[in-house]
Amino acid sequence: MALRSVLTRKTTLGLGLRGIQTFSLPDLPYDYGALEPAISGEIMQLHHHKHHQAYITNYNKALEQLEGALAKGDTTSIVKLQSAIKFNGGGHINHSIFWKNLTPVREGGGEPPHSSLGWAIDTNFGSLEALVQKINSEGAALQGSGWVWFGLDKESKKLVVETTANQDPLVTKGQHLVPLLGIDVWEHAYYLQYKNVRPDYLKNIWKVINWKYASEVYDKESK
Amino acid sequence: MSQETLEYHWGKHHRAYVENLNKQIVGTELDGMSLEDIIIISYNKGDILPTFNNAGQIWNHEFFWESMQPGGGGKPDGDLLELIERDFGSFEKFVEEFKSAAATQFGSGWAWLAYKANRLEVGNAVNPRPSNDDKRLVIVKSPNAVNPLAWDYSPLLAIDVWEHAYYLDFQNHRPDYILLFIEKLVSWEAVSSRLEIAKARDAEREGEEERKKRAEEEKMADSKGVEMYLDNDTDNSEVE
Repeated sequence: MALRSVLTRKTTLGLGLRGIQTFSLPDLPYDYGALEPAISGEIMQLHHHKHHQAYITNYNKALEQLEGALAKGDTTSIVKLQSAIKFNGGGHINHSIFWKNLTPVREGGGEPPHSSLGWAIDTNFGSLEALVQKINSEGAALQGSGWVWFGLDKESKKLVVETTANQDPLVTKGQHLVPLLGIDVWEHAYYLQYKNVRPDYLKNIWKVINWKYASEVYDKESK
Repeated sequence: MSQETLEYHWGKHHRAYVENLNKQIVGTELDGMSLEDIIIISYNKGDILPTFNNAGQIWNHEFFWESMQPGGGGKPDGDLLELIERDFGSFEKFVEEFKSAAATQFGSGWAWLAYKANRLEVGNAVNPRPSNDDKRLVIVKSPNAVNPLAWDYSPLLAIDVWEHAYYLDFQNHRPDYILLFIEKLVSWEAVSSRLEIAKARDAEREGEEERKKRAEEEKMADSKGVEMYLDNDTDNSEVE
């Protein structure tokens, strides 16, 4: 199935200064049930159609309010809106990456990375197993809601494992960080299937991780 | 709130916090301390230490279970209702504010009704001009394991808004869960008795602070007398 991504749609809101983009829910490149048994179709549907959609809806709302505030020079409101933009915009960014980080087994889900990324992983972490173990233990130890990331530091050219709280994007941990893979460890990402056993979710998700995508990003960003 | 939710929430999540904290404190100086002391110490004025999450969550969950009862809901009465009406305008307005706080706590956390006495919101600051007007009910929300003990408030009511608290029953519909909590689960009896304890504790603390202040003033007055005596003595010796 071809990737149909309807990520942005320009709309002018006729407020005089300039139009703002409104955002819409990107389509998944696979069916809701295609990642089973690693991630249930029920979770995928709720996660994509309800949670991600809610972030987008609220992000658009916040942007609309921001545009109004900017037009009026209402600094109090501009500042007050920052947290809503961070939560919801961050949620949109993170989940958009997440859907691309996953792929059905029959389309290469779980196949380990080769060539440049594979080599870089061995250099930075010793082995793929060691990297996975690090990501899983950081993900399991994260208190509350957040994400565990595998990323590239564009400046130092090093590969890193990081966590962020709530919907903070990876870039909040370092301006040169580019996400290669992100795993959502908010409870909504796994609860219906794995309940409180987050480590089992982290163990199983590797069966549907899209290393091809991660490699593409790595090749592009490490030039 | 379904049986399945309680089995997981109490039987797995709450239990895990207890087991993990026990493992963390065994053989350390925290071993044998009261849970509240462990919480205050590991909150560390905001720079939280590893035991805080488990300790806080144990306290929070116990408090949460006791905030509910089968056939709960309805309206509070007596002193509690009076204070709610005084500090929020009406019971309905209080409910709206509480529901809104619970719905807008982003990520994991809790929403609370608390008795603030005349504490300040900053951890280790002393209120320079405590007044009776400061003694009010407040609604606060907190992330992850944080609770109002961190600000020296007295918690009266809590709702858990971590996703594990409602996901099996309501999925993403947190507002429906919050509504159900208010309408069918809250134990206003528990909240009322907590308020009485909080007011009594606050009165005791004030009394103690008064006594300490008076004792210090007396001490200062005594020492002034001694200084004067010494001064006279010196003058006399010079004359001679």
